[in-house]
Amino acid sequence: MWSRLVWLGLRAPLGVRQGFTSKADPQGSGRITAEVIEHLERLALVDFGSREAVARLEKAIAFADRLRAVDTDGVEPMESVLEDRRLYLRSDNVVEGNCADELLQNSHRVVEEYFVAPPGNISLPKLDEKEPFLHS
Amino acid sequence: MAAPMLRWGCRGRRWAFARVDGGSCHRRGAPTGSTSNRIRGQSSVAQQPLHTAQKPRKGEHKWAAVVGLEIHAQISSNSKLFSGSQVRFSAPPNSLVSFFDASLPGTLPVLNRRCVEAAVMTGLALNCHINKKSLFDRKHYFYADLPAGYQITQQRLPIAVNGSLIYGVCAGKKQSQVIPKMVRIKQIQLEQDSGKSLHDDLRSQTLIDLNRAEGQLRVDANISVHHPGEPLGVRTEVKNLNSIRFLAKAIDYEIQRQINELENGGEILNETRSFHQKLGCTMSMRDKEGKQDYRFMPEPNLPPLVLYDATSLPAGADPQQVINIDQIRETLPELPSVTREKLVQQYGMLLEHSFTLLNEVGLLEFFQNVIKETRAEPKKVTSWVLNTFLGYLKQQNLAVSESPVTPSALAELLDLLDSRTISSSAAKQVFKELWKREGKTPGQIVSEKQLELMQDQGALEQLCHSVMEAHPQVVMDVKKGNPRAVNKLIGLVRKATQSRADPVMIKEILEKKMSL
Repeated sequence: MWSRLVWLGLRAPLGVRQGFTSKADPQGSGRITAEVIEHLERLALVDFGSREAVARLEKAIAFADRLRAVDTDGVEPMESVLEDRRLYLRSDNVVEGNCADELLQNSHRVVEEYFVAPPGNISLPKLDEKEPFLHS
Repeated sequence: MAAPMLRWGCRGRRWAFARVDGGSCHRRGAPTGSTSNRIRGQSSVAQQPLHTAQKPRKGEHKWAAVVGLEIHAQISSNSKLFSGSQVRFSAPPNSLVSFFDASLPGTLPVLNRRCVEAAVMTGLALNCHINKKSLFDRKHYFYADLPAGYQITQQRLPIAVNGSLIYGVCAGKKQSQVIPKMVRIKQIQLEQDSGKSLHDDLRSQTLIDLNRAEGQLRVDANISVHHPGEPLGVRTEVKNLNSIRFLAKAIDYEIQRQINELENGGEILNETRSFHQKLGCTMSMRDKEGKQDYRFMPEPNLPPLVLYDATSLPAGADPQQVINIDQIRETLPELPSVTREKLVQQYGMLLEHSFTLLNEVGLLEFFQNVIKETRAEPKKVTSWVLNTFLGYLKQQNLAVSESPVTPSALAELLDLLDSRTISSSAAKQVFKELWKREGKTPGQIVSEKQLELMQDQGALEQLCHSVMEAHPQVVMDVKKGNPRAVNKLIGLVRKATQSRADPVMIKEILEKKMSL
């Protein structure tokens, strides 16, 4: 599930970030740099863990890049396969909630009806602190 | 998931800031960390009055600051934006949380109609263009109070864009002049709110409450500086702004900090900064992980939101399932700017008076009720409501609804004043008594305290005559041209009449007698 999410993040042309694929070889032999992997791992909290995983990512990008063969000039992008459906509008009534006990049972740790989480954000280990396996 | 929020962004190019104090100059020390030898205070743009810019000193480029405000406002609704759980303050933790709000797998967002109506209403009130089609997106980041790992928002195509708001800035001496200004509204979007985190540093843990529904209004400021004519500068985002006063302070500080930094050859980083209330400065919140990337993507579970107007409304559609912008426009109450204009036209009051009347809850209604019941001139009513009445309220920190004086009582009092039954000072006395909430009408108070003005002109003239006879030296002083002497005489006459004579009348009679 995670790797697919990462792939979508790279492909969606929302124009707010630089395309990572541009760093890769446009021909499709796409080597992804260690910095990019580190960045992705931090963003998505994924652990690529092995060179095979990175290779799989590179192949996925190459596969997606084939979409560029299609000329989409002047074609409005599809935002959703649901675009012909009407968005259902719910009436403003209170019909759920009041199930704190049930929900709290899902939590490993609970303090007086609060979920307990570790403090703030925990830093990821830096690139040089990790086991080197990428492109070594 | 969470309490429904409206977020709107507005941008304005500012030459100076909301607080305009032509007279007093705010002494603001150089922001910590910068080491400029020159005194920036005089020529810095931020401290100049809005409508008159000071000439820049020789060799200095003028700076212009651009500020964008990101305002998060909670929608008033019964249930949440995407779920049917309740929106309520101070509920037990996690009691207003549905399975969707807890981000349990398999749950889906279901849009609340009321929230869409509220967004459209807000957009119309702010002169926005309402997008007939708008889209929902996911904004991804990791934090314990965001169990889904993303927030549903409207980043690409929000519900309303390109609006404006006209407001008034108090200027001049005593802040009595009101200058109309306009700010642009970039967009209005619907979005979820995250949960609430309580940090327990002692036990190194964070407690999460997914109820939300707190903090009805929050503001973040985006600030950059540049030289006019050149491209916009790098902006910083300032958070933790808990009041309008701190908002203004933080913006002023940040503008100055950026100017100082750039003038010393430094650069501005595109970062988030937190405002420190006690120190009056902003501090970097940047963590070492680098720039945040929200990985926006379309929300796959929500089709586009389509709105209609009277002409595009599909025939035979379920009214519950369609939103008609024109219908919503008709339900909009009269907007404040229209009300203010009417007040100025109808009652001849100053624009700043109309602002004051509208800025206090219930005051306009109070004013209008007094107008209805009294014969007195509207200008008199305005003066009494805005000065005397409001003054008493403010002194005792009361709302209009808690006032001991009703509109009828004030109307009766003003009638007595208008008919010259009592003097102006007597009226103030009566008002003071009315405020004591003893249940007496103005008429009763006037009788009890014998505050009626002496109607007998002859008797008054005689009293003046006898006072003048009794104090020849004071009369001499008056004739010599001593301005205070006449007041002394007036005072003596008043005493003799037990304050039942109009001082204005007394003065007239005295002056006539002395042929002045």
